[in-house]
Amino acid sequence: MILTALQAFTIICTIALGTAVTRFLPFLLFPANRRTPPYIAYLGSVLPFSIIGLLVVYCLKNVHITAVPFGIPEAIAIVCIIIIDGWKNNTLLSIGAGTVVYMLLMRMAA
Amino acid sequence: MKEKRIAFKAAFPHTIPVLTGFVFLGVAYGILMNSKGYGFGWTVLMSMMVFAGSMQYVAIALLTSAFNPVAALLLTLMVNARHLFYGISMLEKYKGTGKMKPYLIFGLCDETFSIISSAKPPEGVDRNWFIFFITLLDHCYWVFGSALGGLAGYMIRFEIKGLDFVLTALFVVIFLRQWRSHTDHRPEMIGVVCSIICLVLFGESNFIIPAMILILTVLTIFRKKIFKEIPQ
Repeated sequence: MILTALQAFTIICTIALGTAVTRFLPFLLFPANRRTPPYIAYLGSVLPFSIIGLLVVYCLKNVHITAVPFGIPEAIAIVCIIIIDGWKNNTLLSIGAGTVVYMLLMRMAA
Repeated sequence: MKEKRIAFKAAFPHTIPVLTGFVFLGVAYGILMNSKGYGFGWTVLMSMMVFAGSMQYVAIALLTSAFNPVAALLLTLMVNARHLFYGISMLEKYKGTGKMKPYLIFGLCDETFSIISSAKPPEGVDRNWFIFFITLLDHCYWVFGSALGGLAGYMIRFEIKGLDFVLTALFVVIFLRQWRSHTDHRPEMIGVVCSIICLVLFGESNFIIPAMILILTVLTIFRKKIFKEIPQ
């Protein structure tokens, strides 16, 4: 440890505070007892859809399609998820099967 | 009491993928903290108080360089800026959650957000307790996983390469569920396309905030068109 215990504790508290600010801010700006402005209500209704798209891209951000293995394991695993999910519509089955396929492909690629 | 038990039983299956992912990522995190001189106690403290996976990985860098709380705060606000979107999305859903509300907001991590934004409690299950248990379980998994890594870090061998894909798979499945739940797919397409554009332009470590700004801009431009079709 480079930092003293007190310094480390201060940093952890700062990070906890910063994280809490990002989570609480919308609720403080738009309290439940007041009517949410229509523009914010609109964002609240469409953002969940956009944000999940962002999260999928975020998870795949380290995939490089120009270098071996070209993102092929990820692509195959996601196609498997789409097919299995469309077929059985079972969340755990889709996630489990996709993950197993991915792990097998990674082992084959290694 | 019975009400809580029913809600717990309904909530638990939704969190199983998160259990797998968080234990895996948590263990990896605990091991990494350990290797930098921060043992079990530090890891548990961080996971309980912060509960934000990617930020905690970033925090290791902050804990292993010169003491600078202001930089730590700014970096935290930037890395976690996406939480602002989660909050805006949950303004309506978290109305009327009473005393639980502060904890629900505190625990609104990526995974909890994505489950709560798509999962609906079955008939006869209290909605507030359902949301509460999803949040609590996810939080517990993260603390448990990272504690395990902090404790047994040296003993565990990493023969489970690729298991972290479980969280990617979770987001993909939730994306598919949302896709099938309505007919206007512009919000999803805007999310994906804007994110990819910014990923290409700004690179993997800097694209989140530009992507958020671009998504907001495009959603605002198309507000009149999309607004008509999304039920309020």
